[in-house]
Amino acid sequence: MTSKYYFINIVRFLLLVFFQVLVFNNLNFFGYINPMVYILFIFWYPIKENRTLFLLLSFFLGLTIDLFSDTMAIHTASVITIAFLRPSIMRFCFGVNYEFQSFKLSNSTKAQQITFIALLILIHHIVFFSLEIFSFSNLLIILKKVGSTSSVTLLVCLLISSLFSTKKNE
Amino acid sequence: MQQIIRFIIRYKILLLYVLLLTFAFTLTVQSHSFHKSRFLNSANSFTGGIYQTTNNFTSYFGLGTENQKLLEENKRLHSILFNLKVPEAIELDTTNNTYILTSARVIKNSFSNPRNYITINKGKVDGLKQDMGVITSTGILGIIENTSKHFAIVQSILNTKSNINAKIKNTDRFGSLIWNAKKFNVVQLVDIPRLVPLKIGDTIVTGASSSIFPENIPIGTIKSFDLTTSKSYYSIDVDLFNDMTNIKNVYIINNIDKPEILQLESNLENDQ
Repeated sequence: MTSKYYFINIVRFLLLVFFQVLVFNNLNFFGYINPMVYILFIFWYPIKENRTLFLLLSFFLGLTIDLFSDTMAIHTASVITIAFLRPSIMRFCFGVNYEFQSFKLSNSTKAQQITFIALLILIHHIVFFSLEIFSFSNLLIILKKVGSTSSVTLLVCLLISSLFSTKKNE
Repeated sequence: MQQIIRFIIRYKILLLYVLLLTFAFTLTVQSHSFHKSRFLNSANSFTGGIYQTTNNFTSYFGLGTENQKLLEENKRLHSILFNLKVPEAIELDTTNNTYILTSARVIKNSFSNPRNYITINKGKVDGLKQDMGVITSTGILGIIENTSKHFAIVQSILNTKSNINAKIKNTDRFGSLIWNAKKFNVVQLVDIPRLVPLKIGDTIVTGASSSIFPENIPIGTIKSFDLTTSKSYYSIDVDLFNDMTNIKNVYIINNIDKPEILQLESNLENDQ
């Protein structure tokens, strides 16, 4: 059971990194929108797992993406932020019942799941673009980029997660 | 002591997060300063190898247009060569050359971030070093920032850190070419005094006071211009000749005299 979980997470990690750097980093909708689908790793990661390991894993996820896309360590900083904040976001979205042993992501309502991933994406993108542009005189550009990119990321992430969730329910 | 340990155990997630975040911030802030060798870059053999492999597949899709570009360039160079009035016996001695060119292929391009970098498939083994200029057949592209054994990272002109000496063609008025991170086909030329007569459509080329690029490499044309707030200098929007979204083959320029120039300049600084 556990080895299967490890295997799934490793494959997920690798596939998300490869799709991010080879496909989604080259999309450039309207010249600048590149959806960041690797956030799905944070979304899908088992809830009951060790938090230290989760934080370290997301750190390596961010570092790998940074290594490929020459963005210094911006991806790393934003992905560990959402990994750190994930329990609080989950408590906000699912209420107290996420702490129960029987809780599963697939058991929650669609609206709860969408709020959860939307919040992850929003926080990630705010941290990411503030660090990337690195000046508050360009606040308008930051807001524009956060708004446009996060909506596209949300759309793509929902599409991908609905594509794979049918398997999980069976 | 026990309390300290209890504190650490209680807040270990927070402490780990702060530690990792500090690490990420250090890496980020460090590379904001000019010319610091970046620790994280895609020129290493792992990421470079993966980009190279995927590029080997995808490069086939653009072969037709690349051929066309090559033909155009050959046509232009031939017409220059045939119209050049030179004596019969022209001396061809490679030891007199100032510039040595290397060709390379772009394996990773980006143009949507404020700091864009391009990865190319030649490195130290092919004689590439930091601060060499990179051009395409239509215009300039950037400056090499980092090299590994087989790959190199080019700091694109679409990078807020980029600062290249440029001038208006056929004049000696030069300024700096920078980018305001807004559009990937428009860069800015600043520090041109207001005395200079400007016209929309004038050509901008590289200036003479750079040891990286030879003089008169095309950059783009003037799209619009405006006086800065101080009213004594122009800020010019330049339409690039290069299509920055579609770059396949590039040339790297190595200026042989550059160490000598740098040596002289550093001597001057030491004397002062």
